[in-house]
Amino acid sequence: MCLAIPGKVISIDESEPILRTGKVSFGGALRDVALSTVPEAEVGSYVLVHAGIAISKVDEAEAARVLESIAQLDLSDEEDMLEVTGDAPETGGQS
Amino acid sequence: MKYLEEYRDRALVDKLVAKIHQSATRRHTLMEVCGGQTHAILRFGIDALLEKTVTLVHGPGCPVCVTPVAMIDQAIALAQMPDVVLCTFGDMMRVPGSRQSLLEARAQGGQVRMVYSPLDAVKLAQADPTKQYVFFAVGFETTAPANALAVYQADQQGISNFAILSTHVLVRPAMETILKHPDCRIEGFLAAGHVCTITGYAGYEALCEQYKTPIVVTGFEPVDILSGVLHCVEQLEAGVASVQNAYTRSVQREGNQQAWRLVETVFEVTDQEWRGMGTIPRSGLRLRSRYGAHDAAQRFEIPTPEPAAANPCRAAEVLQGFITPHECPAFGVSCTPEAPLGAPMVSSEGACAAYYRYRRTEALNTEG
Ligand code: SF4
Repeated sequence: MCLAIPGKVISIDESEPILRTGKVSFGGALRDVALSTVPEAEVGSYVLVHAGIAISKVDEAEAARVLESIAQLDLSDEEDMLEVTGDAPETGGQS
Repeated sequence: MKYLEEYRDRALVDKLVAKIHQSATRRHTLMEVCGGQTHAILRFGIDALLEKTVTLVHGPGCPVCVTPVAMIDQAIALAQMPDVVLCTFGDMMRVPGSRQSLLEARAQGGQVRMVYSPLDAVKLAQADPTKQYVFFAVGFETTAPANALAVYQADQQGISNFAILSTHVLVRPAMETILKHPDCRIEGFLAAGHVCTITGYAGYEALCEQYKTPIVVTGFEPVDILSGVLHCVEQLEAGVASVQNAYTRSVQREGNQQAWRLVETVFEVTDQEWRGMGTIPRSGLRLRSRYGAHDAAQRFEIPTPEPAAANPCRAAEVLQGFITPHECPAFGVSCTPEAPLGAPMVSSEGACAAYYRYRRTEALNTEG
């Protein structure tokens, strides 16, 4: 039930003061989403949506930093690694 | 989709698994708190990837599973009242009450509507003033802002035919209950990322300190889960216990304060009964008296059903990580998703449902 899906804010409607809403795209599918608890979200931001309300704005810089740091993980102790993962690809980065 | 696919990247997954194996000098037992994480772990085979070094124990983080039977019975009783429409997340539909589920109640004429958001139920109420709309407000901290917003909006807009049947649970007190148990074998927690999105994780620091147990805020995709495991394993290997955040793209230490303020406007903390685990002090939320007009428990005379007959369901043990679902004798025999004995078999976050879906053959093979 705590499932939350990231989507991109396409438009924001602030005409109803107590309920800031917007259209959010989930891979092309648009939904109305309450945006009142993510005041920092703008058109183009990614937000995490749960039960019809955005619960956070995705921090894009943090996301990039973490992926990069995993790609850079030091696995210099190769023997150990080979024993465990067999022929694991060494490519690192994103596909 | 962005922020999903890149966290399923095979090369990153392999790298993290290798690093975990490299870091661990012995086996570690960790609990993933959230049922959404349990499903991801089984779906992507993360438990199998880590088989050599890490035992993942499944936690209590399935709000549907911990909702007391009496609350399901009350929801059904509401649905059977004339002029009341009971609105619910789809997840609750098949959960067995003491006599039937909401789905069965609907088949017999009960008025039950499935909605995607509590805000949809407010819209239904607004569009149809001839009926009372009650939303079955179940959930953890993650869902509390949506439910709070629905009540707040109905109140502000004078939508008087909208109420909620509230049964909210809080995760931290349940984690403490698990740690306190004399048979607890959990060495570290992967904390529920979306709960922390709302609450932050400063509140875990005292718990971590007191029980010397690492707590790592963890997301839901394979790369997220493995990052959480790696942080936990590294702490255990170093003999330290701290609260760390492995889900930084969505979680800040202080959480989403705007959202929590909304929750605190509408709800207050209360003692709460957990299905199978008993009453845990200060582990739930109830509506503040200011919003009593939107509280179904106050608005309607809900008949109290007879206590349920004994049920062989061992959900309480599953939810606290004492047994895995296939250790329950009913698993796959008298309990299946089509004819469930307990909520964990039907909830999209229930551990029994995850095992049935992804591990049924193995489970039955080891038994037979
Ligand atoms: S398999 Fe069924 S009966 Fe056993 S614990 Fe899970 S839900 Fe309950």
